[in-house]
Amino acid sequence: MELLGLYHYWVFAILLMIGFYAVIAKRNLVKKLIGLSLFQAAVFLLYITMGKVDGGTAPIFSGDGATVFSNPLPQVLILTAIVVGISTTALGLGIVVRIKEEYGSIEEHEIQETDKR
Amino acid sequence: MIVIFGLFLLTLLVITAIAIVRTNNLFVAVMLMGIASLLIAANFFLLDAADVALTEAAVGAGISTVLFLSALALTSERERAKSSNRLLSFTVVAAAALIIIYATFDKPRFGDPEAPVQTHVAPWYLEKTPEYIDIPNVVTAVLGSFRGYDTLGEVFVVFTAGIGVLFLLGGGVAAGSLPQEKINEGLRHHLIPRVVGRVLIPFILLFGLYVQFHGEYGPGGGFQAGAIIAASVILFALLEGEKRALSVVPERALLGLIACGPLLYGGVGLAGIVLGGNFLDYSVLSSDPVKGQQLGILLIEAGVGLSVTGVLLAIFHAFAARGR
Amino acid sequence: MTALIDTLSWVLLTLGGLSVLIGGIGALRMPDLYTRMHAASVTDSMGAILVLVGIMLQAGWSLATIKLIAILLFLLLTSPTSSYALASAALLAGTRPYAEAQQDEEETT
Repeated sequence: MELLGLYHYWVFAILLMIGFYAVIAKRNLVKKLIGLSLFQAAVFLLYITMGKVDGGTAPIFSGDGATVFSNPLPQVLILTAIVVGISTTALGLGIVVRIKEEYGSIEEHEIQETDKR
Repeated sequence: MIVIFGLFLLTLLVITAIAIVRTNNLFVAVMLMGIASLLIAANFFLLDAADVALTEAAVGAGISTVLFLSALALTSERERAKSSNRLLSFTVVAAAALIIIYATFDKPRFGDPEAPVQTHVAPWYLEKTPEYIDIPNVVTAVLGSFRGYDTLGEVFVVFTAGIGVLFLLGGGVAAGSLPQEKINEGLRHHLIPRVVGRVLIPFILLFGLYVQFHGEYGPGGGFQAGAIIAASVILFALLEGEKRALSVVPERALLGLIACGPLLYGGVGLAGIVLGGNFLDYSVLSSDPVKGQQLGILLIEAGVGLSVTGVLLAIFHAFAARGR
Repeated sequence: MTALIDTLSWVLLTLGGLSVLIGGIGALRMPDLYTRMHAASVTDSMGAILVLVGIMLQAGWSLATIKLIAILLFLLLTSPTSSYALASAALLAGTRPYAEAQQDEEETT
């Protein structure tokens, strides 16, 4: 039972590092943004996993008298974080499109070559 | 028992993430991102986070895919280079993953009701929401009223992203644009999607309004509603063409939506000061403090919905009109 | 009576799961895009209908059933449309069906 719960956290760690690998090792700018999105998603998973309570339901007072609720606070935080994440991704994609128009490529090493000249 | 289903979804998620990073074709990576978002949303639902699941599905799987595809249409769709410093990156990443996995052994047991995070302030919020605000959805109560200042900041972040993208891409047409006739001719092949879309778009809008106003009684609220309504207008723009979409919801209306959202939210806050309370204190908005809180939450959720709709639509039009 | 409804819903859910599995195997094993979409459509139609009707039997006569009917209608309307849009886009992009591609190979060799 212990291992079942730990699996959630291990998946968070693996997903975090997969996203991070995409950001540092890939050269394509859009791939880096996709990796950043994965990184953010892993963090959301961590917070929501921490908020779960055994035998709880969603924190909504419905008529049938449930008393054990999962923690609403991480959910509020992550709700905000998802929307902020999409905003920064959209801005990042705007910058990538402009870089493509100015430099003609979105591969990191080609952009650095063009800059040196 | 249901936790095993969660494990299955998480394993699929890791497999999808590895596939996203390894593929060369960026279109494939974006589609797999959509699948990963839906898997994460399903997992959120299993972990009792209904609001967050709805937001992740609407924003992550819906709007994010459209934004990435619009950006890919303007840049290249294939990743050309191999990765740089693969061995070093892989070592760093593996070492960090092992350190984090080692640290997770010290975490409180999954689902423990006595864990520090469950006993700190959460019981106060669950107890006081029926007393001060009296709406069923505690997440909306905390988001809108108890932590309303944070949500104001977030609306401003969305606003900033919108004007940022408009600064970067809204200036006009880049060189080498397609002639106008070619764009409208391509819609001839879209007859079946157009017919089905015309039937569905009113219902999608209706659902968006339902989600907006039911945020207090069930999962929902301004962010999800904004994303759904923006998705319906984006569907219209994809099916009928950019020109008709801009005549239906013109650019001035979008700028008005982008501005009115934070204005409404800030206005409700200032109304609190004018009527004798603090900034963003909704109790003074009506004679009964509880009714005042509910009215305040309704108004600010409307502000959030307007803002998110306007910004997402403006960003989509900025991408779609580029290179035309 | 409830035992009968329970058994029926179990049977429908299992059959729905089998349809999804068959659709998945078909999408992997088929030779080209058009036949793969044909196989995957089994998931969209039979899988969705069986699973959703199975869940409707579990929910009984309540608001949840009406929402499930709405979801089923929406799925039945949109998934064939998206399959059509995908196939149309593939055809416009120049993806040739398997039989034609094989014919071309035989003609050139």
